Amino acid sequence: MVETKPRKLRIATTSLAGCFGCHMSFLDIDERLFDLVELVEFDRSPITDIKHCGRCDVGIIEGGVCNAENVHVLREFRVNCKILIAIGACALNGGLPAQRNHLDLRDCLQEVYATEASLSSGGIPNDPELPLPLDKVHPLHEVVKIDYFLPGCPPSGDAIWRFVNDLLAGRTPRLPHELMHYD
Amino acid sequence: MNQAQSFTLDGADVPYRPGQTIIQAALAAGRYIPHLCYHPEFKPHGSCKLCTVKVDGRDMAACTTPAAPGIAVESDTQEINDQRRMLVQMLFVEGNHFCPSCEQSGNCMLQAVAYDLGVMSPRFSHLYPSRPVDASHPEILLDFDRCILCELCIRASAEVDRKSVFALSGRGITKRLIVNAASGRLADTNLAASDKATQVCPVGVILRKGGAFAVPIGKRKYDLKPISARALEDAPRPPGARHG
Repeated sequence: MVETKPRKLRIATTSLAGCFGCHMSFLDIDERLFDLVELVEFDRSPITDIKHCGRCDVGIIEGGVCNAENVHVLREFRVNCKILIAIGACALNGGLPAQRNHLDLRDCLQEVYATEASLSSGGIPNDPELPLPLDKVHPLHEVVKIDYFLPGCPPSGDAIWRFVNDLLAGRTPRLPHELMHYD
Repeated sequence: MNQAQSFTLDGADVPYRPGQTIIQAALAAGRYIPHLCYHPEFKPHGSCKLCTVKVDGRDMAACTTPAAPGIAVESDTQEINDQRRMLVQMLFVEGNHFCPSCEQSGNCMLQAVAYDLGVMSPRFSHLYPSRPVDASHPEILLDFDRCILCELCIRASAEVDRKSVFALSGRGITKRLIVNAASGRLADTNLAASDKATQVCPVGVILRKGGAFAVPIGKRKYDLKPISARALEDAPRPPGARHG
């Protein structure tokens, strides 16, 4: 009988209003990456530099939603990924960018691009290529359905490894106390 | 007969002394029931509802319900823990709980209870309320973003410090912690940094200025041990009694 290897799961990852810290932490699984690539292949991701998300089994997204492009990318992931994972504090509750939410957006832009003398005095940027900022920063689950959440700022490589392994094995991901962190 | 002095908690016998509540007897016997507004040194308040248990099938707050002979108490069940997770998630989205930038991260009871219950998601939409910081006092900072309205500071300030520096104002979703001064500023009260009220905040509202990161994140109280274990260590119990 011919031995058939199970199909590799296709994974896409991206960072929206995030700092790529969760992606750096993902790389912290170190040599376990070799085990992972036996099981998965990457679609859109900083690892592959593919620009658009194709049909995938799993999408992993860090960062919240702070502008129109974030909404577009998030929706593209939702349409194409069977399972969508929000990773890190910003994806879960907006995180650091969301700390502008109690401020008026115009006041923020005014402060940074006009009032503050040490910064460029070119005025508030208005190039049509720039994505429009949203009034508030939103966590992912307020825009699309999210299937799983992995908290942490960032979650450790060990937490990510545990989470992904649970998922690949068909278990609901759970983190033991030592891997459970919101900070 | 000694049999009358016990009840069952999730099927196991828990002894109690007359006058003890269910949570007092449980903690003293080494059995943890999740809680936030309950504090062993203060009269129970019964507001956070996290310690809700089923007593002979009825939902009751374990911190206000007296232990009684032969009652059957359920606590660690899927249904009750699902309710607790939802309560915690609602507390998180009602305030601004940004753990990575909070001085209390790792020492925070709300966070620790959420870890212990395995809360992985916010579940609800965030309200992102606007609650300005009060940094007027020379030694104490108030960050209202994190208040869960447990009233522990109010109780400590009134009952122990005899100052009534804090109070709640408003109703429903507009309810908030306020400072009893005409100006509304902490600096215009007689609060001292040594007051009990400064030591009981279970979250990160009442902060001592200057030493916030003396213990690094990752080495703090609930980083080292889950709150279910710490609460048992901290629970008052008779001398010679066995720890958990």
